Amino acid sequence: MLDSRIPEGPLAEKWSKHKDDIRLVAPANKRLIDVIVVGTGLAGSSASASLAEMGYNVKSFCFQDSPRRAHSIAAQGGINAAKNYQNDGDSIYRLFYDTVKGGDYRSREANVHRLAEVSVNIIDQCVAQGVPFAREYGGLLDNRSFGGVQVSRTFYAKGQTGQQLLLGAYSALSRQISKGKVEMFNRHEMMEVVKVDGKARGIIARNLVTGEIERHSAHAVVLCTGGYGNVFYLSTNAMGSNVSAAWKAHKQGAFMANPCFTQIHPTCIPVSGHYQSKLTLMSESLRNDGRIWVPKKLEDVEAIRKGTKNPVDLSEEERDYYLERRYPAFGNLVPRDVASRAAKERCDAGYGVNDTGQAVFLDFASAIVRYGKTEASIQNLNNPSQDKIIELGKGVVKAKYGNLFDMYQQITDDNPYETPMKIYPAVHYTMGGLWVDYNLMTTIPGLFAAGEANFSDHGANRLGASALMQGLADGYFVLPYTIGDYLADDIRTGKIPTDSPEFDAAEKKVKDSIEALINNNGDTPVDDFHRRLGLIMWNNCGMSRNEKGLKGAISEIQELRKEFYKKVRVPGTADEFNSELDKASRVADFIDLGEMMCLDALTRSESCGGHFREESQTEEGEALRDDENFAFVSAWEFTGTPAEAKLHKEELEYKNIELKQRSYK
Amino acid sequence: MNITLKVWRQKGPNAKGAMETHKMTDISGDMSFLEMMDVLNDRLIRDGEEPFAFDHDCREGICGSCSMFINGEAHGPGRNVTTCQLHMRSFKDGETIHVEPWRASAFPVIKDLSVDRSSFDRIIQAGGYISVNTSGATQDANAIPIPKVDAEEAFDAATCIGCGACVATCKNSSAMLFVSAKVSQLSLLPQGKPESKERVQRMVDQMDLEGFGNCTNTGACEVECPKGISLTNIARMNREFMKSSLS
Ligand SMILES: Cc1cc2nc3c(=O)[nH]c(=O)nc-3n(C[C@H](O)[C@H](O)[C@H](O)COP(=O)(O)OP(=O)(O)OC[C@H]3O[C@@H](n4cnc5c(N)ncnc54)[C@H](O)[C@@H]3O)c2cc1C
Ligand code: SF4
Ligand code: FES
Repeated sequence: MLDSRIPEGPLAEKWSKHKDDIRLVAPANKRLIDVIVVGTGLAGSSASASLAEMGYNVKSFCFQDSPRRAHSIAAQGGINAAKNYQNDGDSIYRLFYDTVKGGDYRSREANVHRLAEVSVNIIDQCVAQGVPFAREYGGLLDNRSFGGVQVSRTFYAKGQTGQQLLLGAYSALSRQISKGKVEMFNRHEMMEVVKVDGKARGIIARNLVTGEIERHSAHAVVLCTGGYGNVFYLSTNAMGSNVSAAWKAHKQGAFMANPCFTQIHPTCIPVSGHYQSKLTLMSESLRNDGRIWVPKKLEDVEAIRKGTKNPVDLSEEERDYYLERRYPAFGNLVPRDVASRAAKERCDAGYGVNDTGQAVFLDFASAIVRYGKTEASIQNLNNPSQDKIIELGKGVVKAKYGNLFDMYQQITDDNPYETPMKIYPAVHYTMGGLWVDYNLMTTIPGLFAAGEANFSDHGANRLGASALMQGLADGYFVLPYTIGDYLADDIRTGKIPTDSPEFDAAEKKVKDSIEALINNNGDTPVDDFHRRLGLIMWNNCGMSRNEKGLKGAISEIQELRKEFYKKVRVPGTADEFNSELDKASRVADFIDLGEMMCLDALTRSESCGGHFREESQTEEGEALRDDENFAFVSAWEFTGTPAEAKLHKEELEYKNIELKQRSYK
Repeated sequence: MNITLKVWRQKGPNAKGAMETHKMTDISGDMSFLEMMDVLNDRLIRDGEEPFAFDHDCREGICGSCSMFINGEAHGPGRNVTTCQLHMRSFKDGETIHVEPWRASAFPVIKDLSVDRSSFDRIIQAGGYISVNTSGATQDANAIPIPKVDAEEAFDAATCIGCGACVATCKNSSAMLFVSAKVSQLSLLPQGKPESKERVQRMVDQMDLEGFGNCTNTGACEVECPKGISLTNIARMNREFMKSSLS
C-alpha cells in the first residue's frame, strides 16, 4: 500500500529520467494554480521562490515576524556538495555512499543519489545570488571537512553558513513578493490541514497578532515546517520550532516515518541550571581542529571539578583522547551518533569534567600551535618564540571560528583560547518526519513535505552539513518539478472555495481546541509540562533506549497528557497576541508526538545510527544493526491514540551499496 | 542576586503603555536576560497575571528576533551582543533595570516589548537581492574568482541580522546602517554589480517611504549594532547613491 514511486532504471539515471517522464504544467496554466507553502526556512523559502518563479501563485506562511528569521538561520558549520574542487577524490557517488553509510543504511538509495546529484547546482545557485562563501587567497571557494567523511566537501561562510544561505533564499523570496507572485503571511501559524475529497486543499491559520482564524485554499499544500527536536524541551533548535504542522497533517492521514530517529549532537554547551531554556551548539567544524578528551585518572577529574587543578596542566599522558583511542581511522571526526555515545560512555563511567559530571573537553591547544608554526613560516619568521607561535595560532583560530569562540565565552564566561571548551551532547535534529514518496508527497494526495519536516534522506543518522543541502535541494531543485506531476490534473479545477463544509468543520475544530485551552481553569504554566515531557524523553528515548524505559515512558506521557489538560493555565484571550496560547497548542502536539516516538523506538528493537537500543550492541558497545528484520522505514498511521498507531513498512532495497556494519575504527 | 525590573506594559498598538515594577530574587549570573524574563513570566502566570510579550526565537544571537531596550541601550549593556546573549552577570546585585521596546515610528509596538519590523522586509523587497532565477542553470560557482578580501568584506556586511537596534538607538530613527549593509554586500560582489544603481535607488526610496529618519552621522548605530556592522557601509552606500543619481 505504501508506494514510494521510485523510478525504474539505473540509479544514476533515475532522476533525469523521472524529470523527463513526469507530467508538466504549461506556463499559462500555472497561473491558474495556487500553492500554499508553510515555512520559510531553507526548504520553504527556496520552494516558494522557485514555484513563484515558475508561475504558480504562492502563499507563504511563517510564525516569526519575518521569513528571514526561520530556524535555518542558526546553522553554523556548512553545506555539502560533491563539487570535488579540492580534487581529493570526491564524486556524486562518494557523497551518495557516505550519506547512506552515515545514515546507517536506513535511507532510500534513489533519494540520496538524487540529493548528491543536485548538490552541485546548489552551490552555483547560491554564489549567483550573492552568498559570500569563504574563499581561498586565489579567490576560489574554500572547503572544510566534516564528521563521518574523508574528503573536504563542505562549503561555509565562517560559522554562519545557515544565515548566509537563508538570506540568499530570503532574497529570492523577497524578489517574488515584490513581483506579487508570493503573498507572504508573517506571524501566522498553521493550525490545520483542510482536506476536500481526500485531497489537501488548504489550511486554517491563526494570525498571531490579532488571533484571527483564517481560511486559505490552494491546489496543493507544502509543509516545510522544520524538525521537532524541541519535544525534548532542551535542544539546539530555536524556541519556536515545533511539530504542530506535521502533527496536524499526521492526524489527517499523513504517515509519520521513523519518528524516533533523533540526532544528538556531540558538541554543545552543557546544561547550567534549571532555568535553562535552550542549548547552544558548538559547530561540528570545531572537531576538525579540536581534540576531545577527559582525564585518564578519576582523581584528576575530581580535582578539575573542585577547581584545584587546571585542565591545561595535565600532561599528554594524563589525558584520554577517547575518540582517537577508540576510532583511530576517523579519530575526532567520527559521525555524530558515535561521538555522542562515546562522550556519554565516559561521563557515565564518572569522567565528566564539570559539577554535573556531564561534560568533556574540546581542546584547541595543539591546533593553535600547529597553525602558529605554519603562519610563522608563511611570514618568514626565523626561530619564532613559543609565545609568538601561540599568538599567531590564536589569530588563525580566531579567523576560522571567531564567532563560535565568542559565543562560547558569552555563555560560559570561560575563554576557549586559554582553556579547553566543555561540551556535552544535546538534541539537535530529527531524521524522522512525514513519510514522503520520491515526489516528496505525503500519504495525503496534494500534501507535500520538504526539508527537515520530511524523513527522506538521512536514514538513522544525518551527516554534518547535509541538512542545509537537503533543504535547498528539495526547495530549489526537486519539489518545483515533482509537484507538477500532481498539479497537472488541476489545471481546470479553478479556485478552491473556502466556504465549503470541509473548511467550516476544520475551522470549528481549531476554534474549539483554542477555546478549551484558554478556558481551562488550571494553575500551571505550559513550560512546566514541556520541561517534564522533555525529561521523560531525554531519559528514556534519548542517547540510549531500552524496552523497560520506553514502556514506562509511554505511560508517563499518557499521565502527563491527562494532567496537562486538567491543569494547564493559558492566560489572556484568544483574540490577541498571546505567546502562551501558541506554546500551549504546540506542547499539546509534542506530548502526542513523544508518545509515538517511544512506540517507534520500542518497535525497532535493533540499534541503528542515532537509535541505540541497549539490547542490541556489539561486545565493544557499538550499535548493532539487524538488517534481516529491520531494513525498512517505519511509517505510522494515526488511529486515534499515538501509542496505538498502525505500522506500515516500506522495505529498503540496497542494489548499489553493500550493507555492512559501519566501522570507523 | 536581587534586582528590580521596570518593564514596559502595553496592551496593544493603540493602547497607552506604562512601566510596571517587579522585584526579582535569586537570579543567577549565568542566566541569560531572556531566561530571567522567563522566570518573571512563569511567576506572573502562576499568580494569575499576564506575562510580558517579547520576541525571541534562536536565543543565540543570529535570528534577530529579540529586541529589548535595556537601561537606555538597544540590547542592553555589553558590545556585540543581542538581548538573548546578554547574561545577568552583566548587572549588579540590587540594580534597577529598565526594559522597553524598540521605539521608532517605523516600528510600531504590537504588545509590551514586541514591535512590528516588517518595514525592514519591505526595504529588502524593494531591491535587496540579485535578480537571478533559481533554475539551477547558472554558471559554475568557481567561474568568477572573487578576491578573498572582497569576499570577506561582503560577508561582514552580510552578517546583519535585521534586528533593528541601529534604528532604535538612533535619535533620528534612521535605518541607514541596515540598508547600507545590504547594499554593500551586493555591490562588493561581481554578481551584484549590474543592478547596483537601481538597487540603491529603490531601497533608499522605500526606506524614506517607511518613515525612517535621516542619517546625521552620529555613529550611535555602529556602537549598538550586535554584529559590529561598520559605518564604512554607510559611506559606501552614499557613494553608490551619488553615483546612481548622477548617471
Ligand atoms: C544550531 C544548529 C546548527 C546547525 N548547523 C547545520 C549545519 O552547519 N549544516 C547543516 O547542514 N545543517 C545544520 N543544522 C540543521 C539545519 O539547520 C536544519 O535542519 C535546517 O535548517 C531545517 O530547515 P527547514 O527549512 O527544513 O526548516 P526551518 O528552518 O526549521 O524552518 C521552519 C519554518 O516553518 C515555519 N513553521 C513551522 N511550523 C509552522 C506552523 N505551524 N505554521 C506556520 N509556520 C510554521 C517556521 O516559521 C519556519 O519558517 C543546524 C541546526 C541547528 C539547530
Ligand atoms: S545593522 Fe546591526 S543593528 Fe542594524 S539591523 Fe543589522 S545587525 Fe541589527
Ligand atoms: S533570539 Fe535570536 S537573536 Fe536573540
